[in-house]
Amino acid sequence: MRALRSLMAGIFAAGLLAAPVLASEEAPHPPAQKWSFGSVFGTYDLASAQRGFQVYSEVCANCHSMRLLHYRDLAGIGFSPEQIKAIASNVTVPMGIDDQGAPKEGKGTPASKFRSPFPNDNAARAANGGALPPDLSLIVNAREGEYDYIFALLTGYAEPPAKFAMQDGMNYNKYFPGHQIAMPKPLSDGQVTFADGTSASVEQMSRDLVMFLTWAANPEMVERKQMGVRIVLFLILMTGLTYAVKRKIWADVH
Amino acid sequence: MADSPAATNTHHGHSADVTKRDLLQLITGAGAAILGGAIAWPLIDSMNPAKDVLALSSIDVDLAPIAVGQGITVMWQGKPIFVRHRSAEEAKEADAVPLSQLNDPQADKARVKPGHPEWIVVIGICTHLGCIPLGNKTTDMRGEWGGWFCPCHGSQYDTSGRIRKGPAPTNLPVPPYAFESNTKIKIG
Amino acid sequence: MAGLHKSEFANPVINWIDTRLPVFTMLQKEYGVFPTPKNFNYFWNFGALAMVNLMIMIATGIFLAMNYQPNSELAFDSVQHIMRDVNYGWLIRYVHQNGASMFFIVTYIHIFRGLYYGSYKSPRELLWMMGVVILLLMMATAFMGYVLPWGQMSYWGATVITNLFSAFPVVGPKIVTLLWGGFSVDNPTLNRFFALHYLLPFVLIGVVFLHIAALHVVGSNNPLGIDVKTPQDTLPFHPYYTIKDSVGMCVYLIVFAILVFFAPNFLGDPNNFIPANPLQTPADIVPEWYFLPYYAILRSVPNKLLGVCLMFASILVLFVLPWLDTSRVRSARFRPIYRQLIWVWVAAFIGLGVCGAHKPEGVWVILSRVCTLYYFLHFLVILPLLGKLERPLALPESISQPVTGGRGGGPLPSGATTKPMEKA
Repeated sequence: MRALRSLMAGIFAAGLLAAPVLASEEAPHPPAQKWSFGSVFGTYDLASAQRGFQVYSEVCANCHSMRLLHYRDLAGIGFSPEQIKAIASNVTVPMGIDDQGAPKEGKGTPASKFRSPFPNDNAARAANGGALPPDLSLIVNAREGEYDYIFALLTGYAEPPAKFAMQDGMNYNKYFPGHQIAMPKPLSDGQVTFADGTSASVEQMSRDLVMFLTWAANPEMVERKQMGVRIVLFLILMTGLTYAVKRKIWADVH
Repeated sequence: MADSPAATNTHHGHSADVTKRDLLQLITGAGAAILGGAIAWPLIDSMNPAKDVLALSSIDVDLAPIAVGQGITVMWQGKPIFVRHRSAEEAKEADAVPLSQLNDPQADKARVKPGHPEWIVVIGICTHLGCIPLGNKTTDMRGEWGGWFCPCHGSQYDTSGRIRKGPAPTNLPVPPYAFESNTKIKIG
Repeated sequence: MAGLHKSEFANPVINWIDTRLPVFTMLQKEYGVFPTPKNFNYFWNFGALAMVNLMIMIATGIFLAMNYQPNSELAFDSVQHIMRDVNYGWLIRYVHQNGASMFFIVTYIHIFRGLYYGSYKSPRELLWMMGVVILLLMMATAFMGYVLPWGQMSYWGATVITNLFSAFPVVGPKIVTLLWGGFSVDNPTLNRFFALHYLLPFVLIGVVFLHIAALHVVGSNNPLGIDVKTPQDTLPFHPYYTIKDSVGMCVYLIVFAILVFFAPNFLGDPNNFIPANPLQTPADIVPEWYFLPYYAILRSVPNKLLGVCLMFASILVLFVLPWLDTSRVRSARFRPIYRQLIWVWVAAFIGLGVCGAHKPEGVWVILSRVCTLYYFLHFLVILPLLGKLERPLALPESISQPVTGGRGGGPLPSGATTKPMEKA
């Protein structure tokens, strides 16, 4: 019977070993980066997230929407109410219907949703050669490998290997599954000018953008982790106390 | 029959009485069952497709505007349907393919309506993993066999919607449809 | 005063109520002084934990329902509205989402406890069968709950699973249309799944009540698997087991909290952060982790109908388990061969879970077939034979006298025996 048990364990282990072999035929694993929000006590780097918002608004927002976010949410990465008001008033957003029944537009307010580059998906497809630029509100959570993958993707553009057959209008990316991505290399050195003087290298912009996008997908993360630390510590204390009471109650039972 | 101890214990004199009572019970029981069914059926049937859903269960497609070589995509029951106007040569070619060359052998005749070999109607969902193949627009990539090409994993279909190359296991299915006139079909 | 209950409670208000409706007497009898075997180990915590988990799910679920919109146009965004805008919405939602996983972890351990210590054997067959009904209801509830966020995996999981019914000849497609309320998974489907997802937990409460009522008729099993013989074998439920369950609950809450606060999406699928799209199938459709073993059984045979039947059979076989296991000894502790084989079965079950997470190719097909084979072999062939072939070890005379051959009955000198309840 022991032999049978170890046989089962062997089959099980063989299965586990086979997994990476199968996976390696697809895109390589994105390398793990060091992020300020990585640990149990981690928080978002607000300056980086604000720069990331700048990269999003100046570059990504031309094609990608973030329909789940409102300008008021930007308070979460440290923008002041005045800054948010200023950012919102710079965009034109739909404001419902005017007295004549025609659609009306107006200046954005903090309560407005992020402006979408296209009125609907079909318009977005038509403007992008048939490929739909995905909404970025939850993109970090919606991809295997999360923030590391998005960073790897942004910095993973390269010349295709010699024998690689590319389709028209596609771009080679080391980390995109299948290696052919419709999005052209979005970032190039010095593309934006950061107010705080940070040099805008592709890596720096990607890092800041991923910081911003991770916050956008998980705005509750810092509060969640901080609450979690306190709750887990409290529960450990309670476990100790309860166990002591249990020992006392059970002391004379045999 | 319902009351077996009573039935076994009674003597001949009472048996007619018992039978009458049994029958009465049986009829009442049947009545209760009918009542239960009558109450249950509207509830169950309310889960079936409602009128607004049924209204879309079949659609009419006008074929007149579709030029030779062109195709259109229509939505039917939430699925994209490809309607393609093949040229006479394409139809002849598709019909001539020996079944031994096919991954999922099916004659072209079995996939078109008699008398209308130039029209091919298929459900436009790749049988591999459900992507939407390209090829309905003349500008789309159509693959080596001139039919449809799935961009996800490179499955290639011929002008009859049959799988010729790639990971897809089966041909694009043909939805139920009929010709109402020479220029009009009803799908569903 | 015929018909009135004679209450023994001193508090006049409680006494007044109890005289007319003896709920306090009942509570006292069933949860206060209820005689419980004294040798439970910590495995016996998991029934109470499952009960607590059900309460947590219902409480969080009701508050989620206040902000959720069961409409295919609004569902995905309303969940994100809960996550982003509703006060503590993210907390309630993550507790509910991970609570489902915790519920299955706790329940699977609870079931393992029953298998290991033979808790399904006479006279507890009906109690066990009611437990299988609870498992089925839980699965249905969890499946429909997973559809509600209306992400890609919600939608395609629902499509794949409901399509299973189409495997049945003749009525299959009609059943699927009836389930969908249309010709594909769509708004009517989402709507009815929400209604049923809200209803079924209350049905669960009902069956759980019967499960506990049946337990209190026949009494609990215990790690030795032998019957309670004397009052020395038992302890009043309160305070001995209320406090012991509390210890287990604290540990359970720590695990739960770590999931919720530090890895809330660890057990989820990235695809469910993409709104449902009927025109685009994800590359790999996988159910939630707790369904993976059954999913692997489904895919282990190439025939669709046979796969569906095997999958349902894998649960239904549990209903007849009390009659398949012919051994008269309950606890695996005294069954030298069964004690080994139950771990093989656990390995097969976990192996199936691993297979279910991978595409059915190459080694995974073989592994899932081997595990499926053992899963059924264990119940249908090994257990009936084993009861006849295996020579069980000598059973102890009583719970309070775990060493065989010692003096029967009588109170023992303090510290004379080991404490079996400390063994987990």
